[in-house]
Amino acid sequence: MTVFTPAPGAAPLRRMIAAQARLETRTLLRNGEQLLLTLVIPLLLLAAFGLEPLVNFDAGMSRIDFLTPGIIALAVMSTAFTSQAIATGFERRYGVLKRLGATPLSRTGLIAAKTATVIAVELLQGALILLVALAIGWRPDASPAAVAVAPLLILLGTAAFSGLALLMAGTLRAEATLAGANLVYVVLLGVGGVVFPLTKFPAGARPVLELLPTGALSAGLRDVLQQGGAFPAGNAITLAVWAAAAITLAARMFRWE
Amino acid sequence: MSTVPPVPGVEIGGLVKRYGQTTAVDGVKLSAARGAVTGLLGPNGAGKTTTIEICEGYRRADQGTVRVLGLDPVRDARALRPRVGVMLQSGGFPPSVPAAEYLNLLSRFHAHPIAVPVLLDLVGLTPVARTAYKRLSGGQQQRLSLAAAVIGRPELVFLDEPTSGLDPQARHATWDLVGELRSAGVSIILTTHFMEEAERLCDHVAIIDHGQLVAAGTPEQLTGTVGQLRFRAEAGLDVDSLLAALPPASLAKESPAGHYVIEVHGAVDPRLLAAVTAWCADRGVLANSLLIESRTLEDVFLELTGKELRP
Repeated sequence: MTVFTPAPGAAPLRRMIAAQARLETRTLLRNGEQLLLTLVIPLLLLAAFGLEPLVNFDAGMSRIDFLTPGIIALAVMSTAFTSQAIATGFERRYGVLKRLGATPLSRTGLIAAKTATVIAVELLQGALILLVALAIGWRPDASPAAVAVAPLLILLGTAAFSGLALLMAGTLRAEATLAGANLVYVVLLGVGGVVFPLTKFPAGARPVLELLPTGALSAGLRDVLQQGGAFPAGNAITLAVWAAAAITLAARMFRWE
Repeated sequence: MSTVPPVPGVEIGGLVKRYGQTTAVDGVKLSAARGAVTGLLGPNGAGKTTTIEICEGYRRADQGTVRVLGLDPVRDARALRPRVGVMLQSGGFPPSVPAAEYLNLLSRFHAHPIAVPVLLDLVGLTPVARTAYKRLSGGQQQRLSLAAAVIGRPELVFLDEPTSGLDPQARHATWDLVGELRSAGVSIILTTHFMEEAERLCDHVAIIDHGQLVAAGTPEQLTGTVGQLRFRAEAGLDVDSLLAALPPASLAKESPAGHYVIEVHGAVDPRLLAAVTAWCADRGVLANSLLIESRTLEDVFLELTGKELRP
């Protein structure tokens, strides 16, 4: 009997997923560029645009009431899409995904771990955004409907952005994913109803922008959290279609090495 | 209880793998016994890695059968993954994560893993346990990769060029570790292009070139067919007259100047030695550094795969 005497066996799936998710979360939180995208930029925008009249919102609500749902949408996009696409793209490039493929952690288990990582980071973002926004004077509609529907929209948005992230990371070179994911972040920050109201854009462009995942998520959240909307069905359907399409394509096209 | 003979570690028959127009593996046949070290040798681009990656389930064969521990590497991947350890030729680790932290992760995937501190000690990485992967030397990265392959206490391991880039100390340490794995009953399939490594470690070797199996057997079987007698003397001796004094079908040459090599089929026998020394005595030649040996595996390898450089 030596230390090498064979004793093979897989650990329980939950333990594998938890271990992988913990490592991925720690790695993300130690990465400066990722923190910039997921925490620093959203919180800075929230504080700067919330405290100073930098943009005339003209949307029938206070500045911070307009901003907070948009910043939540930005935070979801930054974690589920930009950060996940970049991290996964480089894992693929470094052979990490290939090596994991030879371990007892199945691909389903790996996707579950990535999802858990995204949700953990989102919870951290949510807590910080909530704190800063409430301190600035955010007054959300805290009706039971809003408390139920807002997380649902965030989940749909997370699914859509994650699908897009894996589609990009699994098909493009890591450098192209890095550049592309950052570009999409900046563009959708501008035209996704995050800090600039969609009413500022030409009337013809508006419906199109609301069909983009960031526009749909920010508009849907604003509807339930500030305008007393019961259920923004159009935005929810938009996000669900993005999620279904992106996840289906990613499942088909993702290359592990 | 009856003892059923265990299925082979790896059994490959008629394996073919094409990439577009090129045939990377062309009809390879191989059987790797349980508990043995089997070496896959071949020049760069011979098809070693493709063969091993098909066994690991990373690629599908175009033709032929592959069984690992009696199972199909793709269809039965779920059952095989806990039982098989894999060391990739390079990479596989996130650059910013410390060595011990990543081994900790991998250990959580297994039911009875080797404890991480013990394993780090075995591969000599304890001093760099908290060093990020990207700051490890090439040899340290290589040893971490080996540790990752064995952490789950597998029955079989695939090691793709386990000692490339290692200094002599680390290479010997890796050889020792492979020996310990073998003593513990682990089946080992490794690729290498170091013939000394294959001679030392392998119970069985298969030489492949251009995707085809060109020789297989124990290192002794492969090297034992030709005996060699070497000596040194003054340059320019009459090799033809030496040859005339030897049994038929012998070979004699001077290469380089002053170094004489005589080759015979089978082993060098006392009669041949006597014939050579008598011939020398007749000419007043003193044969220095006289050495009787079989060919090395490297001689066999170069004879089978040629000397031209590979891309």
